[in-house]
Amino acid sequence: MAEKKIRVLVAKPGLDGHDRGAKVIARALRDAGMEVIYTGLRQTPEMIAEAALQEDVDAVGLSILSGAHMALVPRVLDLLRANGQDKVRVFVGGIIPDEDVTKLQAAGVAGVYGPGSPTQKIIDDIRATVTGA
Amino acid sequence: MDLVRSVLSGDRLALARLLSQVESGDQAGVEALNALFPHTGGGQLIGVTGAPGTGKSSLVNQLALHYRQPPGGEPRRVAILAVDPSSPFTGGAVLGDRIRMRELSGDEGVFIRSMASRGSLGGLAAASAGAVQAFDAAGYDIILIETVGSGQSEVEIAKLAHTTLVVDVPGLGDDVQAIKAGILEIADILVLNKADRPGVESAERALQGMLKLGHPTKRVMHHGRTEDVAAAKGEQAAADEWIPPIRRTVATEGKGIVELAMSIEGHRQFLESSGEWRGRERARLQNEVELLLQGELMSAWRSRVSPAQYEAALDALVERKQSPRQAVAALLNGHGGKA
Ligand SMILES: Nc1nc2c(ncn2[C@@H]2O[C@H](COP(=O)(O)OP(=O)(O)OP(=O)(O)O)[C@@H](O)[C@H]2O)c(=O)[nH]1
Ligand SMILES: [Mg+2]
Repeated sequence: MAEKKIRVLVAKPGLDGHDRGAKVIARALRDAGMEVIYTGLRQTPEMIAEAALQEDVDAVGLSILSGAHMALVPRVLDLLRANGQDKVRVFVGGIIPDEDVTKLQAAGVAGVYGPGSPTQKIIDDIRATVTGA
Repeated sequence: MDLVRSVLSGDRLALARLLSQVESGDQAGVEALNALFPHTGGGQLIGVTGAPGTGKSSLVNQLALHYRQPPGGEPRRVAILAVDPSSPFTGGAVLGDRIRMRELSGDEGVFIRSMASRGSLGGLAAASAGAVQAFDAAGYDIILIETVGSGQSEVEIAKLAHTTLVVDVPGLGDDVQAIKAGILEIADILVLNKADRPGVESAERALQGMLKLGHPTKRVMHHGRTEDVAAAKGEQAAADEWIPPIRRTVATEGKGIVELAMSIEGHRQFLESSGEWRGRERARLQNEVELLLQGELMSAWRSRVSPAQYEAALDALVERKQSPRQAVAALLNGHGGKA
């Protein structure tokens, strides 16, 4: 009870209809002992920020395959800040060109993961950023 | 205390943080709840339980939509506490109830919180009681608590609610019947969801059968004839008695929700007119106090007995040198060996 659980919101913004990757990550994080709030398909940035607030999560994982990451991710970051949740770390998974990776990181994204990234790396990164280790 | 004032003034981030503190059992959360307690008592607590996948989240979603815009009534503020089990092996959890509640997003009058069952049964019950108090103090009129009905934990959580809905669906196999018999006892209202599926009639008959088993003497007393089953028609019998009505719903289409809400309101009125509301409040709070007492007494006792003493006492049991009762007497006296 006493130990602080890491809570992560896993969301699938955008209009594409595949959430297999998001589900795989959700289960991997659970198996690593985290509490994952899974919100399903077609989440708008507003829905994601609202859920992150109500659930008081430590991190948000976004799975984006649609190519709309430059429209969606900065918007999520802005809304989180507007809600006073600047400490929430955002991680992005999907097919993201290198130049966009740099831009997203500059905008404040804590980690970007392409297809085939080892899930253990994602788990370790989330744990390290959240616990500040 | 800042957090308390913020929660009372409707600050959603403050409420979210308080819920985390309550969940992890932080001292700060305990103190905030103490300060908030005088502001509770206004919320109507509705428990929704049933086997996995029966449509609980879909129903909670529909009920919340209903209470946000009741036909011909004032909108009520709605909080939802959705509890899912933690993995016993890793302590992690995937909490997926929000998937069915996307229609509620964007509405400031709704607050949804997912909670993992985490460690102990008592811990979960205490955490959910605390979370419900936080919602209540924050001014939510309707508090819906979703739990998976598969064992003792939902019975504990149901004790939190004023009205408990038990959700069933057509075509659940016989293996689930035993579980059902257990959770039926806690039902104030039976919901037969997925009524668009084949087998509704026989499922309803089965539920009626189990209800009869649950209330045999009362039924005979009040009606004289056992076949005169008020529950079958969803009517109420004598004023001092509540027979759980059966309500058919199709949660995915919003069918039967108005009628279900009427039954919930009927149960609330029954509790008030029969004086049971105060009785339930007392029983609810007594239950919470006893859970907390058990936890406190246990941890106070553990801090007084060394692990070595405890181990020695257990060894003595295995070797049949003392009985379990003798062991308890000895451990309470602060020594582990034979009393
Ligand atoms: N046909 C039909 N399907 C329904 C109905 N209500 C819910 N469902 C479907 O049943 C599935 C489970 O619904 P949920 O609302 O997630 O059920 P739940 O009881 O909350 O599930 P857990 O929280 O996982 O135990 C979903 O695919 C729903 O769309 C209904 O009335 N009719
Ligand atoms: Mg559910």
